[in-house]
Amino acid sequence: MDIEKANAEATDRMMEARPVVVGIGKAIDVVPGMRDNLLMHAGPPITWERASGPMKGAITGALIYEGKAKDMDEAQKLVESGEIELEPCHHHQSVGPMAGVTSANMSVYILENKVHGNMSYSNLNEGYGKVLRYGAYSEEVIERFAWMENVMGPVLGKAIELSGGIDIRAMLAEALHMGDEGHNRNKAGSVLFTKALAPYIVKSTDDADVASEIIKFLGDNALTILNPVMAACKAMVDVAHDIEGSTIVHVMARNGTDFGIRVSGLGDRWFTSPVGIPKGLYFPGFTEADSSGDIGDSTITESAGIGGFAMAAAPAIVTFVSGTPKDAINATLEMYEICYAEHKYFTIPPLDFRGTPTGIDLRKVVELGITPRVNTGVAHKDPGVGQVGAGLVRPELSMFEEALEAFAEKYGY
Amino acid sequence: MAILKVEIRTGAYYDSVILMQLQRSLAEQPGVIDAGVVMGTDANKDVLAQSEMLVPEAQQANPDDLVIVVKADDEAAAQAALDKVDELVSSRRSSGGDEDYRPHSMETAARMLPDAHWVLVSAPGRYAAGISRQALGLGKHVFLYSDNVSLEDEISLKREAASKGLLVMGPDCGTAIVNGIGLGFANKVRKGPIGLVAASGTGMQQVCVRIHQMGGGLTHALGTGGRDLTEAVNAITARQGLDLMARDPDTKVIVLVSKPPSPKVADELVKAARSAGKPVVVHFIGYATASRRVDNIFFATTFDEAAELAVSLVDSQEDFASEPDISKFAEGQRYLRGLFSGGTLQYEVLLILKSYLPVVYSNAPLDKKNKLEDSLVSVEHTVIDLGEDEFTVGRLHPMMDNDLRIRRLEKEAEDPEVAVILLDVVLGYGAHSDPASELAPAIAAGIKTAKEAGRHLEVIAIVSGTDEDPQDMDGQIKLLVEAGAKIEISNDAAARYVGRLLQAIERSNEPPTEDKMQHVDLETLKKPMAGINVGLEAFAEALIDQESQVVHMDWKPVAGGNEKLAGILERMKGK
Repeated sequence: MDIEKANAEATDRMMEARPVVVGIGKAIDVVPGMRDNLLMHAGPPITWERASGPMKGAITGALIYEGKAKDMDEAQKLVESGEIELEPCHHHQSVGPMAGVTSANMSVYILENKVHGNMSYSNLNEGYGKVLRYGAYSEEVIERFAWMENVMGPVLGKAIELSGGIDIRAMLAEALHMGDEGHNRNKAGSVLFTKALAPYIVKSTDDADVASEIIKFLGDNALTILNPVMAACKAMVDVAHDIEGSTIVHVMARNGTDFGIRVSGLGDRWFTSPVGIPKGLYFPGFTEADSSGDIGDSTITESAGIGGFAMAAAPAIVTFVSGTPKDAINATLEMYEICYAEHKYFTIPPLDFRGTPTGIDLRKVVELGITPRVNTGVAHKDPGVGQVGAGLVRPELSMFEEALEAFAEKYGY
Repeated sequence: MAILKVEIRTGAYYDSVILMQLQRSLAEQPGVIDAGVVMGTDANKDVLAQSEMLVPEAQQANPDDLVIVVKADDEAAAQAALDKVDELVSSRRSSGGDEDYRPHSMETAARMLPDAHWVLVSAPGRYAAGISRQALGLGKHVFLYSDNVSLEDEISLKREAASKGLLVMGPDCGTAIVNGIGLGFANKVRKGPIGLVAASGTGMQQVCVRIHQMGGGLTHALGTGGRDLTEAVNAITARQGLDLMARDPDTKVIVLVSKPPSPKVADELVKAARSAGKPVVVHFIGYATASRRVDNIFFATTFDEAAELAVSLVDSQEDFASEPDISKFAEGQRYLRGLFSGGTLQYEVLLILKSYLPVVYSNAPLDKKNKLEDSLVSVEHTVIDLGEDEFTVGRLHPMMDNDLRIRRLEKEAEDPEVAVILLDVVLGYGAHSDPASELAPAIAAGIKTAKEAGRHLEVIAIVSGTDEDPQDMDGQIKLLVEAGAKIEISNDAAARYVGRLLQAIERSNEPPTEDKMQHVDLETLKKPMAGINVGLEAFAEALIDQESQVVHMDWKPVAGGNEKLAGILERMKGK
């Protein structure tokens, strides 16, 4: 068995995947394995008992939206009784930012990988402030959610279909040249996405006010494209899953309690470590003491070779880690040391258009003791408060070590 | 009672993270309780409201306005903080964090600095061999400062390096100078034509500084590590260094320095130095030599003397490069026969030849075990004193009577194994009145005999006399030359010439040794120094100070030193 060959295959497939947003649908209708009593969530599997504040808040919000619960107590009972089941988005070809909680009647972006044919899904982005994905479930949160679902969703879905699909890989490649890194900074990508769809949004509704409102909502939200980007990354890494002998860590995800990784050559198994607290900058009135543990599937971006790995492309946000543009360059240079490949399509202008570091190699992580750099938003530790900052976090080394030992055991090293 | 103070700036756009950074800096100002720095959007106003900082002016702000709110203990503290905004924003641009990337893996380091031909290793000894092996794998020379590297590792590293044409200087090599650039603890020494190879760190430094002080300079000073001249290591690095210096056209004089070496290894190294084609000053502490000089080898007894000799030899006009021509000899011709009339001349020849030939037999040897069983029968290399009593009984001394020598010369010339005949011709009062008239025909006949048998006989005559001697020295020489002899007027020069000639023949007869050594590419030493540094940061700083390129690695042991994981990783590399 040849590790090099397996890793080359895994990273090649990852890079060659070309995910395109083809529409919007209800989760229950499109997501494989979705059912009425299922809530998908970010990260590796979790129970109510071990769930973090924002995760509990988001579960509550989703059950309120679904009309199954009125408050957290009821939500807790439903989940603990097993009446409502929790499963990772990752087990359903899906991803979700922050808590990532997605229920049957929520709308999701539908992406198709035009090269390998696999599909992927992610929910719609609610914007900043108090949002469900951060565990907020107040009336205004649920209201905005309802507007997104009932007003924006159908129009946007139609617009996407009219547009013939949005090629996210191409759009990301462009956004990386406009100061985005695809995880914490999606300003350029969100504008590109809105610009591409605006002409079709106008054609998808007779109500000019609605069209205007949707375009404004998408354009104002610098995270609009985050969810399609994450789903695109999911479609990319899924074709690198389960390649015999590959040491590529193709999935990283957090549920607010555990940070989990999957290794291509080790099948469906999750390796986990307790999540850390992100280091970074906080909104007025908040400090690190208010922070929840690291949470969200958005580390799928780093898994696919962007986000924190493409920091050199996004010097505007280095101040998250109180750094300089040089630190941004150094951050990416460091990730090259633990990655197997350099991306064919995602390139970094300040590094002379070198491809982004792609395909985390478990061997190199353990050998050098360098864990992946993850850019992330920071949720408040209590449900219902929302985002309180943004910064950088690194997963613990121990789960990578555990995975290496498991790899050695499976393959007889 | 805390007070709130606000400042609105219109048309000033900053990325949100810059603002968050500014806000944190403001909150850290003395007397400040909290601060909010946001663009005046509705969402941001909500955020300000949450932390009770949404003053009416901020409420009025537009999304394009920069809103700065400070909550402080008193008016003065709030104002002082606001006054610092510009300073805080601009200070961000110059503060710290501008360091070049420090790679963790050597592959990355090599990629960052492709011109690096050297890896400087000063990591803890137990990791040093592994790091050095990596460096050799990437085709880099190694300066191995670390100590506590096992002898087995040293040998395997040096063998691998030699087979690849790379150098491993060390382990425990404290200092080296490559093309004027010091590695490790090196002195600043001027560039010049002296090349140094040393198995002694401070010894090297001492020789270097003395050369500098005496006005000389160095091409390179290569360290080998203190164990290089032991039998186990067999001077792998010193041989490479010597070979390198011999080939280097810029190096005019070579200096070899070592802590007390293995005598066997030292002998071999000196022998190798003989064919350097340039003067080699040797100072091996405690190494006994028969003479102060053997051809191009000059033995020193102190560092100081080594430096002095080296500097003085730079301007030597002597030709150290010419190799004796041995092509004329037939196969099987390999021995010397010396036929002396002067006992002390013979004795000096034996002494000098000690440095060239393993054994010289004689009727009057230096060492009794080399005494001829029968003085009339030569064995291998033989130098006899025909003035000994055994020959002079009942006849005149050979200085007056050539008969015995002529007969012996005839006999030796017939011996197919004889290549060289050396004899002395002593002139002066009391000596034979015209020795050449008898010796020249015999020499010519001997040469003819050999020639007829398909051989070349080299006859060297040491003519010891003055132009005022009664025999007419010039006339004597003329006769001998016409007979085919080569003339020397110095006993020492003649002995050395013969020694070199026979040594050259001996070398040509040696079975070719299986030479696993690949020549080190001289060009890699001549290029501007560029190195990868693993370990002591001071070594990287020293290179920067010398305007050399260096990448300092942020090195950690494999898998943080976890042997189980390191073992797995090693096995994964193997398959």
